[in-house]
Parts: sequence; C-alpha cells; structure tokens
Amino acid sequence: MATIILLAPLIGALICGFGWRIIGERAGQIIATALVFLAAFLSWVIFLTFDGEMYRVVLLRWIESGSLGSEWAIRIDRLTAIMLVVVNSVSALVHLYSFGYMAHDDNWTEREHYRARFFAYLSFFTFAMLMLVTSDNLVQMFFGWEGVGVASYLLIGFYYKKPSANAAAIKAFVVNRVGDFGFALGIMALFFLTDSIRFDEVFAAAPALAETSIRFLWTDWNAANLIGVLLFIGAMGKSAQLGLHTWLPDAMEGPTPVSALIHAATMVTAGVFLVCRMSPVYEYAPSAMVMITVLGAATAFVAATIGLVQNDIKRVIAYSTMSQLGYMFVAAGVGVYSVAMFHLFTHAFFKAMLFLGAGSVIHATHHEQDMRNYGGLRKKIPYTFWAMMIGTLAITGVGIPLTHIGFAGFLSKDAVIESAFVGNQGAFWLLVVAAGMTSFYSWRLMFLTFYGSNRAGTVGHGHGHGHDDHHHEPHESPKVMLIPLGVLALGAMFSGMIWYSVFFGDEDKVRNWFGMDAAHHQAEEHAAAPVEGATAPAPSEGAVVSTEAAPVAGAATAVADVPAVATEEVATAEAAHTASVAPKGAIFIGPDNTVLHDAHYVPKWVKVSPFIAMVLGFALSWLFYIKNPSLPGRLAANQRPLYLFLLNKWYFDELYDWVFVRPAKWLGGFLWKRGDGAVIDGSINGVAMGLIPLLTRLAGRAQSGYVFHYAFAMVIGVVALITWLTLSGAQ
Amino acid sequence: MTVADYAFYAFAIVVVAAGLMVTLSRNPVHSVLWLILAFLSSAGLFVLLGAEFVAMLLIIVYVGAVAVLFLFVVMMLDIDFAALKGEIARYMPLGLLIGVVLLMQLSLGIGAWVQAEGAMGLRQAVAPEMDQVENTRALGLLIYDKYLLLFQLSGLILLVAMIGAILLTLRHRKDVKRQNVLHQMWRDPAKAMELKDVKPGQGL
Amino acid sequence: MTAVDFNTILPEFLLAAFALGALMFGAYFGKDKTAATLVWATSGLFIALALFIGFGTEGERMAFGGLFTDDPFARFAKVIILVSAACVMVMAQDYMQRRDLLRFEFPILVTLAVIGMMVMVSAGDLMTLYMGLELQSLSLYVVAAMRRDSTKSSEAGLKYFVLGALSSGLFLYGASLAYGFAGTTQFAGILSTLGGDTPVGLTIGLVFMLAALAFKVSAAPFHMWTPDVYEGSPTPITAFFATAPKVAAMALIARLVHDAFGGIPGEWTQVLAALAVVSMFLGAIAAIGQRDIKRLMAYSSIAHMGYALVGLASGTAEGVQAMLIYMAIYVTMNVGTFAFILSMERDGRPITDIQSLNMFSKKEPLKALALLVLMFSLAGVPPMLGFFGKFYVLKAAVDAGMVWLAIAGAVASVIGAFYYLRIVFFIYFGKDGEPADSNMAPVQWLMMVGVAVIMVLGIVNLFGIEPVAALAAEALVR
Repeated sequence: MATIILLAPLIGALICGFGWRIIGERAGQIIATALVFLAAFLSWVIFLTFDGEMYRVVLLRWIESGSLGSEWAIRIDRLTAIMLVVVNSVSALVHLYSFGYMAHDDNWTEREHYRARFFAYLSFFTFAMLMLVTSDNLVQMFFGWEGVGVASYLLIGFYYKKPSANAAAIKAFVVNRVGDFGFALGIMALFFLTDSIRFDEVFAAAPALAETSIRFLWTDWNAANLIGVLLFIGAMGKSAQLGLHTWLPDAMEGPTPVSALIHAATMVTAGVFLVCRMSPVYEYAPSAMVMITVLGAATAFVAATIGLVQNDIKRVIAYSTMSQLGYMFVAAGVGVYSVAMFHLFTHAFFKAMLFLGAGSVIHATHHEQDMRNYGGLRKKIPYTFWAMMIGTLAITGVGIPLTHIGFAGFLSKDAVIESAFVGNQGAFWLLVVAAGMTSFYSWRLMFLTFYGSNRAGTVGHGHGHGHDDHHHEPHESPKVMLIPLGVLALGAMFSGMIWYSVFFGDEDKVRNWFGMDAAHHQAEEHAAAPVEGATAPAPSEGAVVSTEAAPVAGAATAVADVPAVATEEVATAEAAHTASVAPKGAIFIGPDNTVLHDAHYVPKWVKVSPFIAMVLGFALSWLFYIKNPSLPGRLAANQRPLYLFLLNKWYFDELYDWVFVRPAKWLGGFLWKRGDGAVIDGSINGVAMGLIPLLTRLAGRAQSGYVFHYAFAMVIGVVALITWLTLSGAQ
Repeated sequence: MTVADYAFYAFAIVVVAAGLMVTLSRNPVHSVLWLILAFLSSAGLFVLLGAEFVAMLLIIVYVGAVAVLFLFVVMMLDIDFAALKGEIARYMPLGLLIGVVLLMQLSLGIGAWVQAEGAMGLRQAVAPEMDQVENTRALGLLIYDKYLLLFQLSGLILLVAMIGAILLTLRHRKDVKRQNVLHQMWRDPAKAMELKDVKPGQGL
Repeated sequence: MTAVDFNTILPEFLLAAFALGALMFGAYFGKDKTAATLVWATSGLFIALALFIGFGTEGERMAFGGLFTDDPFARFAKVIILVSAACVMVMAQDYMQRRDLLRFEFPILVTLAVIGMMVMVSAGDLMTLYMGLELQSLSLYVVAAMRRDSTKSSEAGLKYFVLGALSSGLFLYGASLAYGFAGTTQFAGILSTLGGDTPVGLTIGLVFMLAALAFKVSAAPFHMWTPDVYEGSPTPITAFFATAPKVAAMALIARLVHDAFGGIPGEWTQVLAALAVVSMFLGAIAAIGQRDIKRLMAYSSIAHMGYALVGLASGTAEGVQAMLIYMAIYVTMNVGTFAFILSMERDGRPITDIQSLNMFSKKEPLKALALLVLMFSLAGVPPMLGFFGKFYVLKAAVDAGMVWLAIAGAVASVIGAFYYLRIVFFIYFGKDGEPADSNMAPVQWLMMVGVAVIMVLGIVNLFGIEPVAALAAEALVR
C-alpha cells in the first residue's frame, strides 16, 4: 500500500508528462489527478489504521559503497503517516482545483500545451515530497529534498516567459542551495561520526554524539549541537526561516495552486518535518534547540510585521506562512515535536485553503493581485468569501478560550504558545505579539478584499492586458475550484478539535500515538479511543463535502477524553519518561524534556493571551479598514520610516543584494574574466595551442633523419641517465 | 713489473691508440690499416693471456680476411668522407662536451673499481685448469659442450646474416636483357623468321 | 646436453628445425611461389607452439647449466610473441602478395626472429641474452630492408642496423662491466654477488645495458630510429615491429632487472622511471604533428612503451604483472589497428596519409566504428581494454609509492588522447573528400573487427589474463 502511495504520483507524472501527446492533454490531467486521489485515499487509510508501530517497506538496495549503505525503503511511522495525509490530501485537492484555475491562462496561447506540463510537475512534486517524508535514511531524504527543490524551481518558473518568474525561480533555487549545503554537511558529519546514514543507527548513536566533539571551521564543537545546527540550516532554507526566507515571497510568481501546495502546505514544512524526524538527535543538542526556538520566534515576528503592510494578496499569505512556520519551529525548538507537527497538520489545511481562496479571488478578478484594487467582493463571490472567512477564523485562532473548542488554528497555535511559555519566555512574547499581528493582517486582507466598495481600476491598475470587456465583473469560480475549498474548510474547522488530544493531549496519549514507549501502559487503552473515534471521518474525506456529521462526532469523543487522562497520569508519566531513553517511535522526547507535560499547567492568562491578542488585532483591523479607512494612510504618513521599513521587508533583499549578490557578481565577473578567461583558459590554451605544438615542432626537428643525430641522441641519453643516477643515487 | 706486464701495457696502449686513430684518420684506407694494427695488438694481448689459439684466429681471420676485405670495399666505394666529416664538425663542441662528461663518468666508475667478493672464484670456475688442458681443447670443451646453446645460436645468427645478404642483394631483374646461351642454341630458324618474296615496286 | 636441456628448448628447437627445413624447401621448390604456403604453415606452427607452451608445460626449469630458463614468465611472454607474430604474418600475406613483396625468406626470417625473441625472454645469462637479442635484431634489420627497390625501405634497414649495432655495443660494454664486477655472466650469479654498496662501475654498466634494451623497446631518448623505420619499412613489417619484438624486449628488461639485479632495485627503478616519463611525453607530444599514420603509430608505440615501463619502474611483482597485462593489450590493439592500416589504399596503391581518412565513416560504417573503438582503446578511454592496461600500470606505480610517476602518466595520456581522437574526428567529422579505400582480406577484417570486439568485451574479466599474469610475475619477482 505504501508503495502504491509513493509510486502513484510518479506514474501519474510520467504518464501526464510524456504520454499526453498520445493520450491527449485532458486524459493526462485526469490520470495524474486520479492517481494522486488514489494515493490520498490510501494515505488516509494508513493514517487512520496505523497503530504507532514503525515498519519499513524495502523497495530495493540503493547505495553500497564501503561502509556507506542504504536501501530505498519506505519508513512508515506516525510522522510519515501524518505527512502522507497532508501531502496527498492537499496535493489531490490542488490537482482538482487546477482543472479550473489553469483552464485559461493569459500567459499562454491556446495552442500551447501548458496544462499537461503543469500537472506533470505537480505530480512529480508530490512524488518527491513523498520520497522525502517516507525516507528511511538521510541520503534518500536528501534525494526527496532536492527533488522538491527541482519541482519548486520548475513550478515557480512555470511562466517562463515572464522574466520575474524566472528570477524568482532562480532565487528560490539558489537560496535553497545555501540551506542544502548545510544539510549536506550535516549528513556528512553524521556519517563521519556514526558511520551510517540509516535513521535507526543514527538515532541509536545520538546519545554518544552529545559526548563527542568535532573540529569544524577551526573550532571544536559539540557534535550533536553542530549537527543539529547544520541540519537546521537545511531546514531554514526549505522552510524560509529568517535569513534564508527571501525566496518565499518571490516564489508567489508561480501559479496560485502551486503556492498553495508547495509554498504553504507541504514543501516549506519539510524543514519542520526534518527537525521532528531528527528529534532523537536534537534532544541531545540543547544549543541547537535554543537556536531553532530563537530563529523560529524571530521569523514569526518579523514575517508578521512585514505582512502588516503588504498589498499583494498572495504576498500577505506568504508572509503569514513564514510566520506560521516560525511557530512550528518554536514548538520543535522547545522540544514539543508533536505540537510542531500538530500546527503543521492544521496549518496545511487552512493555509492551503487561504491560498486556494486567494486563487479563487484572483481568478474571479482576472489575475488582479493587488488588494487595493479589490473591495466589496463578498456579494460577487460568496462561496469564496465564506471559505476565506473560515480560513481567516482558523489562522487567527478563533475559539472558546480555556476549552478545546475552536477552529484548527486556535488549538494548534495556542498549543505552540503555551509550550513556548514553558520553554522560552522571550519566544512566548514574540509569538503572542505575532498572533496579534496575524489577526490584524488577516482581517485586513478580508476587509480590503470583501468589504467596502469595489476599487477595481482605481489604484495602479494597468488596462493593458487586453480584456477590458469583462474585467470589472468579478465572477464566482467553477465547481472544481470550490469543492477543494469546501473540503479544506472542513479541515480548517475540525482538524484541530479532532486530533488535539493525540498531538497535545495527555503525554501518554501522545507517546502512544507516536509509537514511543508508553510512559504507562494503561494509557494505551485510553489512547485507543480517540484514534478509533477518528476513524469515522475517513470515508467522508474521500467523498468530498456531503457528510459533515461524522467528524463532529469523532471530534466530540476525542475532546471528551482528554482532561480525564491528563489528570490521571501525571505522576506516572514523570517517573516513566526518565527511564525511556531508547529512541523508539516516530519522535523522541528526551528524559529531561518535560515541556509537553508542563505546557498543560501554564497559568490561565497565558492560555488566554493569544485570544486576547487575536481580538485586539481584529479590533484594530476593523478600526483601520471598516470604521475609518483613512487611518492607515495617515499612520503610514506619520510613521513613514517604519512603514517603508516594513513595506520593504526589513530591507532584507537590499541587504543581501549589497552583501552577497553584488560581491558575488563582482567576484564571479572577476574570476570569469581574469581567473577563468585569462589564467585557466589562457594557460590551458597556452599549453594546448602554444607549448605542445612548439614541443611537437621541436620533436619533429630533432627527427632529422641523420643517423648520427640519432646516435648522438642515444649517447646523450646514456650520459644523462648516468649523470642523474650518480648524482641522485650517490646518497 | 715483469716483462709480461711491460708487454701488456705496450699492447694495450697500442690498441687504444690505434682504435682512436681508426676514427680520427681522414683517409679511410688509413683507418683500415689502423684497424689492422689494433687487431694485431689484441692478438698480442691474447697471447699474453695464454690464449694462443684465439690469437692466431684473430690474426688469420680478422687481419687476413676481414680487414683485407674491408680494405677492398673501402677502396672500391667512393665515399666522400670529407663532406660527412664537415657535417659532423658542426656538432664537434657539443660532442666533445658529452664525450668528456662520459669519459669522466667512466673514469669515475673504473677508478673506484671494486669486484664482488666471490667474483674471482666465479671467473675461474668456468674454464678448466690451464695446466691440465691446452687452451684449444679448453675452448672446445666450452663452446661445444658447456656453451653448446650459445654456439648453436651463433650459428643461427650467421644463417640470418647469410639469408639477409642473399635476400638483399641477389635479384633476378626483369628489366635488363641477359644472355641465355641455351636459349640461343636451341633457337629454331624456322620459328624465328619468315621468308617473304617481295615483289618489286610493291613493298610488303 | 641432457634430455632435460633438450625438452626445455624443444619449442625453440622445433622452430629452428622448421626454419632450416623451410629454407631448403623454399630454395629448392619454386622459390617465392611457396611463400604463401610457408606463411600459413609458419603461422600454424606458431599457434601450435603457443598452445603447447601455454598448456603443455608447468613449473620452472633451468637448462644448459643456467643459460636458459623456462618459467611461467617466459611462457607468458612467449605465448604473446608467438600469437602476435602469427597474426601479423597472416595479415601480411595478402598485402605482400598483392604488391609482389612476398618472398619465401620472409616467414623464415620471422621464424628466426621469433626464436631470438624466445631465447631473449628465457635468457638466464647475459650471453644467452645477447645471442637472442642479436638473432632477433639481425632478422629484423633484414626484413626492414626487404623492399629493395624502395630507397626508404633500404634507408630504414640501414638506419636500424647502424643504430642497432651501436646499441649492441652499449649493451656489450655494460655487460662487460657487470661481468667485471661479478665475475660471471649468469643472472643468478650476478644476483648472488650483489649486496652492500653498489659500485659506480656496476651502476654504469647497468645503465648501459638498460640503454641498449631501451633502444629495442624504442623508449625515448633511444627511440629515434622508430619513426623512420616504421615509415620506411613495408607496412606488414611495421606491424611486426610494433608487436612481438616489443613484447620480447620488454620481457627481457623485466628479466634482467629482476633476475640479475633484483637485489638493487633502487638503481634501476630510477632509470626505468626516467625512461618511462620521457617516452610517455615524447610519444604523446611528437605524435601530434604527424600526418602519416605509420609514423603516428611509431610515436604511439613509444608512448605505450613508456606506460609499460611505468609498470616495471615500480619494481614490484604487481608492476611486472601490470606490464605483462599492458603488453598483451597493447599487442592486441596494434594487431587490430595495423590490420586496418594494411587495408588502406587508393587506386590499388597503399597509402598511409591520415587526411585520407576524411569522412571514412560514410563509406564503411562498420570499419569506421571498429577503428573508433581501437583508437579509443589506444587512447585509454574507458571502458575499452586500453584503459585497463593504463589503469594497472598506474595503480602499480601508486602502490609502489611513485605517485608522481602515475600523475605524469595520466597527464601524458591526456595529451596523447588528442591525436587518437583526431583520427576519430577525421573519420566522422572530417572534410568531405574522397576517402581512402579499405581493401581487406577476410583475415584482416577478422583481425580488426575481432580486436575491436575484444576491446569492448574485455571489460568482463579481461579474458582471465590477470591471474595468469600474476602467476608469471610471481615467478619472476621473488
């Protein structure tokens, strides 16, 4: 089954990418989509029936070289199961959505067959992502890692006729190279120290790594910390964390379904997945963990501030994605990997939905992306409006405080914030402020887009793109685009409530869910209940919208269980997890790591704080964009430096341009002209075209044809040999 | 120093000097004559070593036959040695330099000459004791028994030389007319010519 | 002479008897009309003897009181010599017959040369060595000059003879120095007297001998005769020069340095390494300017001898093994290549101009492909067999701690690749023009295509030559 899940998208990509000339473009699209849907269905089956016990499907032997050995294997554990669901579900829905979104495109003429290519890329991306999440060793993971990088490059640059798209694609690829370099170094360091790249063997050696020190860049480092940092650099690149984030906003040049799939739901979360996957190593790398927390919190904050003032609808969501990724890293950084995965899981639904909703808006307004040109679209595109509303409610974290009832984002984000309070107070405050800003810009997006009056054509809107006849008339998107929105809306509403207990509920439940050694064996019976309860919605996910009742029921049982178990098992859990150091299960929580446990006992004000921040953000946004729309302009004029600072994204791009790009270009130019052109080409050409022919001519001249010349050469040879031998052999 | 020593040095110096003159003398005939002198002196050296048979062979075969043959060849061929020498003279300085270097190295090697410890014993082990057999017989014992293989191989080498000489010189040229006596003798007038009765004023 | 002695030299004896018989037969019955028959008979005998030597005998034997050795090393070399000589002869027959060059002395001289080579590789004594050397050389001088009507051929023979005489003189001088030191000419005896300091005189003698033998393998700077002789001699003779004698001389060097001077490897590894480097680079560089494919093959063989010497210069059993493998591959490649060169002609006249290969691929795609494989193999492009030859010798050098030598070899092979690839360029991408005809007798076609196939298939196991070569090398290096 796992094999089918893994290979179905690949087959789809191959058929659609190479076979459409034979079977037709539309058939190719349908086959690719159907195969991804199949994979998604099977993923849900695995997810819901999975019992927490890790198993492995070996496909073939892959690399055997010295002590470096690895198989191409599928590793199925809880992490993988979660990721399978996320990747395949979103991918399937995006495939479906793309039927509508890509039906007409101004970037292509009718005769150009861009659709099959698009679907092939999407399916190929899905395959690469599955390779990444199902990997059983680091090299295989790296393969998937690079595969999604390639797919991302191809899809960002899908409109290859647009220079900006090409530039963005190259930027994404190059920035990711920096991260990948760190990742590769981390893999090499692990192999160097543990002599293996298989996860099991690496994890088993992790405690020893903490005792080892390694020399790198002329400094002695603690091996576990160094490896943690190096791997995190890889994660930073992929997940657009502060420092290596500049590619993500630019990546919005790609078609919107791509943004939803790759740059919101799946690929960018690969970094979080990596950190969680490597949790047995990170648990022994406290300094690396601190770095992850700090960077994650900083990213969440910075991205939120930038998001406040952006005007491009997709960029706002992109910065929000960055910000949410920061939340995930904070959770991972403080040691609650399950919470990181929880937020990843819920975020995938609501963020994909926001993007698809934004895509629907863009589609409706004929590829207009500037929010200042929207307004009052609520009536024109009601379904999209409601979907976006649900997404916004989810991302801002609307719910009933101090209960477990609320939209997906409410549960997962609050779990992150509570964990951060235990793990790192500074990060906690940053996150709370960021939550407020999240609320502000999300509502700003909603208000600007759907409320007020239609401002289309008033601000900087070019009339040049040739269909003036209907571009003032926004229209609702077709069904194929609305259905995915509906499905995702369900996820955004309920996924948090349904799976809250297993991600962030009682510790034993979480441990059991992730297949770790249970802190107390009685816990398993309790834990089994929500899992079974959750099986109910499985078919409904496949069969799109109709059955809404089942997940609610499942959620109810799940939520009901939590408090009881949580109180019961406190003492035993404390005792147990000091003993269970064997890295069993999908993630590993070190014996000294009590964050997950402590997070449930934070003060009430902490639990309420994100809600308050959210309400404040909403109120401010309402004030700015509904009550008094002139306020933002005046504020921007008052605080012009700050406004420009935020509008220009903290001048990161300019800084990088100045610090890296220009020197690199100069150095490149220098090396090209002087180094390569003059020195290397010059010397090679000099040798090949100057010296060698000269020697050839000399050799030809020596070959005079006179016997006595030849004899003389022989005598000289003898003399030279004797001279050399007597001189060198004398010692 | 005994008389034998004096004789050795006399012969040795003559051999070296004559060898030098072979290469240096301008007239090729003189060169061959110097060569004969070198052969004769070498024969003297062989006599000193007690190898009278080899000494006699050297005189009879080399001086009597080979060298005289050389002399004839040199006299019959008209080679312009002066021109060749002129070409060589261009390389004289370099040649001298190399020669001096080589000579220095050789003198270095020979000046510091040592023999391996068992060398003398090995040297004498090959030949029978001089006082038991005369040297002709000793030579026979060596080349026809102990060194039979080498002797036969020498024979093959000479065979190759013979084949080569014939192959490279003997030729039946088709493009020159030769007298074939038998052919002439057996020629039949009836087949060789035809009598025609030519009428006057008509021609054939 | 005992029965053991006789048994040991039985192959050589049979060949000598055959040569004498053939001489009588040819001289008394029909002269040159019997030549073709004799060529085939000689080749058949060679192959039969190769089989006999390869499979019929075991172990190590000394004959004639140490003058003559029969060991796996000698047998390995002899098999290569006999087989390659047989191949070249049957290839040559058609060419020589069509151009009225085929004399009945030709197979006889080749037979005598082969006897010389076999004696060389079996030599256990400086005198035997010299006898073998002269027997081989003298036969080669004669065949080089065999086309009497051509001044080039005569010139080639004469040059070869004069310089060969000089090299013989060098060898004898060196041998006399060695004898003066050791008091014996037997290898085993010389080896037993070594130990302690090596006197300068002995070193000089060793250098003289190695210089003379370097002349025989045409290693630079003793190579000068090679291009002229290769070009001047009739092509079949060139093919012969490029194959069997090279193997014999190379094996002879191995035998001399290991059997007689194995105790002082420090003295001769340096000499061989120097010869190897100079040969590799000179062969590669000088070949670039050549327009005649025979001259090009001459420089090619100089470079290849450099590589084989790299193997010997490492001074180990592994090095000898690498050299043997290299020589076996080299000989095979040259047989294939010369099979093609023999077939090159225009209007029935043989030509050797490289330019005449322009766009040859259009005319004869299969032969062009085979030639491509051969050129790639000569250049050492993997996965052709030629690459493995180079790989073995360079590996031996590295394992013996002579990394610089291996690097020099790699650099030289890059330079050398140029002229092989240039031929390929002409064949496939050259200017349009009238390419040469390729008039091949079936046996030549078989040789060329067969060798090309061997070059490709050899990647599998190298046809099992490796363990045999290892056995041979072990017998020599103890």
